[in-house]
Amino acid sequence: MNVLLILPMLIPLLTASLALLAWNHPRLQRGLSVFGAASLLGAAIALLTVVWSDGIQVTQGGNWPAPFGITIISDLFSAIMVGLTGIIGLSVVLYSLVSIDPARESFGFHPLIHVLLMGVCGAFLTGDIFNLYVWFEVLLIASFVLLALGGERAQMEGAIKYVTLNLLSSAIFLAAIGLLYGEAGTLNMADLAIRLGNSDRQGLTTALAMLFLVAFGIKAAIFPLFFWLPASYHTPPVVISTIFAALLTKVGVYSLIRVFTLMFTQDTALTHTLILVIAGFTMVTGVLGAIAQVEFRRLLSFLIVCEIGFLLMGLGIFTPLGLAGSVFFMIHAIISMSALFLLSGLTERICHTFNLKQMGGLYHSYPALAVLFLVPALGLAGLPPMAGFFAKVTLLQAAIEVESYTIVIVALVVSLLVLVAIARVWNEAFWKNPPDDIAGLVGRPGALQVSGARLIPLLLPVVTLASLTLIMGIAAEAILAIAMDAGEQLMNPSGYIQAVLGGQQ
Amino acid sequence: MDTILAFVIGGLYAAGIYLILRRSIVKLIIGLALLGQAANLLIFTAAGLTRAQPPIVAEGSEVPINPSADPLPQALILTAIVISFGVLAFTTVLVKRVYQTVGTDDLDDMKATDR
Repeated sequence: MNVLLILPMLIPLLTASLALLAWNHPRLQRGLSVFGAASLLGAAIALLTVVWSDGIQVTQGGNWPAPFGITIISDLFSAIMVGLTGIIGLSVVLYSLVSIDPARESFGFHPLIHVLLMGVCGAFLTGDIFNLYVWFEVLLIASFVLLALGGERAQMEGAIKYVTLNLLSSAIFLAAIGLLYGEAGTLNMADLAIRLGNSDRQGLTTALAMLFLVAFGIKAAIFPLFFWLPASYHTPPVVISTIFAALLTKVGVYSLIRVFTLMFTQDTALTHTLILVIAGFTMVTGVLGAIAQVEFRRLLSFLIVCEIGFLLMGLGIFTPLGLAGSVFFMIHAIISMSALFLLSGLTERICHTFNLKQMGGLYHSYPALAVLFLVPALGLAGLPPMAGFFAKVTLLQAAIEVESYTIVIVALVVSLLVLVAIARVWNEAFWKNPPDDIAGLVGRPGALQVSGARLIPLLLPVVTLASLTLIMGIAAEAILAIAMDAGEQLMNPSGYIQAVLGGQQ
Repeated sequence: MDTILAFVIGGLYAAGIYLILRRSIVKLIIGLALLGQAANLLIFTAAGLTRAQPPIVAEGSEVPINPSADPLPQALILTAIVISFGVLAFTTVLVKRVYQTVGTDDLDDMKATDR
């Protein structure tokens, strides 16, 4: 039994349970919440270190030999994702200490966040396809409640769309699992990889692959299944938007990468080409949607869709370098996107609106805030020296290697358009003079509505995440080395299969 | 038996999708419930139907006497039913709150967050 593999699920579970017991003690809940999130980050870093030095870690649930029990497994990609979950979890919990309102806090905000984190970590660490479904449901039900918590009208409208599309995707996922079990007779992903590879009914396998593509595609918000995302992500409070934006779609992308590198690699000419085409369309629609928006968080939501396109691009190229690019881009996308979402909360505190037209003058009054925006935002557009530049270069290099020049051109044009979207935010919120009705608000002392020590939990996560995008850009070589290893592991699933099925104690 | 169940499952999927496409959120929820049930029956059928064969293992043997039904899909369905029960309970409350907050059950009147 490898405890390190269980901890990322156990810590949030314990934290959520204890926070539930402390229902009437908000101060205790906050303390528990921060402690739990910090421990999760610690456990995640420990796991990443062990996987980085000792290779893939496996443990079998209840010591049942694979493929009969539930396998918990972490390769480098999983460990990186758990590490990112730890970083985002802690940032969001810290930010929420000041920003979440007492009403939401008293209705279980902290336990819910930790249940969500548990579901996300579980999905990253499981090696069993049905168990993946269960973890999806855990994180979904937590996200449903978080989205609806507070019961504002916009939240209700957003929730109904979010819930419907996610339940539809779950139903498709479940049906696909049923058919897969009927075809292969196993649910262990490593075992499935072998059996599907030996199956003589390749047509059926490809049909199953398409079902999984749709099921995970809805969750990952790929073209043309993404419409629920910009309709719901901007409705809850900023912290909740942030954790959704950073982690939930990425769980979908993670699952796509997992099943399409491990299980469905029989007919790559069809499946992975299709993924590459979808990736292109996702980028283009995402960025075009973003340019048309005047609501800060809706604009960012469309940029998430655009990022999903880049994440899938590496999978579609399907070479070690391509997947390394996807992993690198994942690290960059999660961190810069959450920095921007948290920052949109700061601007809302100053201007009392998310509408870009009604904002203005922030550069003049808060130059530091403007820098905080520019670092992750320019990283998103792919400008050096931020991490986004190196992630995009890796992806483009991979695409040129396999001579997919169309996607190279699309990705370059899209990057330019992302810059246009970013420039729009810059012009509207930071550069232009503030409209008359808020001119009195901007630059007034105490505009963030908090002061003194309470500013620290509000600013620390944003500053940390923004500087991380810069640091990762400067240390791009180290990050790329990890991403290359993760990409190699994904492209050669024999190590993964061997770790699960062979040589266990 | 397989054929009958295949038609039942097809019917459930058709009804579920039809209801999801309606404008009323109550019908939407019923449609989602039907889709979940269709998926459960699909697992049940796809894993193979073996009727009236108890899984009795003879003494000294390691395999059952008769080819019996695989118990795993039924365990999967049980899990899925429990999950869908919880999710359905949540969505029912959500529909009520949506109706109270927005004042309509017509999805076409809930476009405010799409703009």
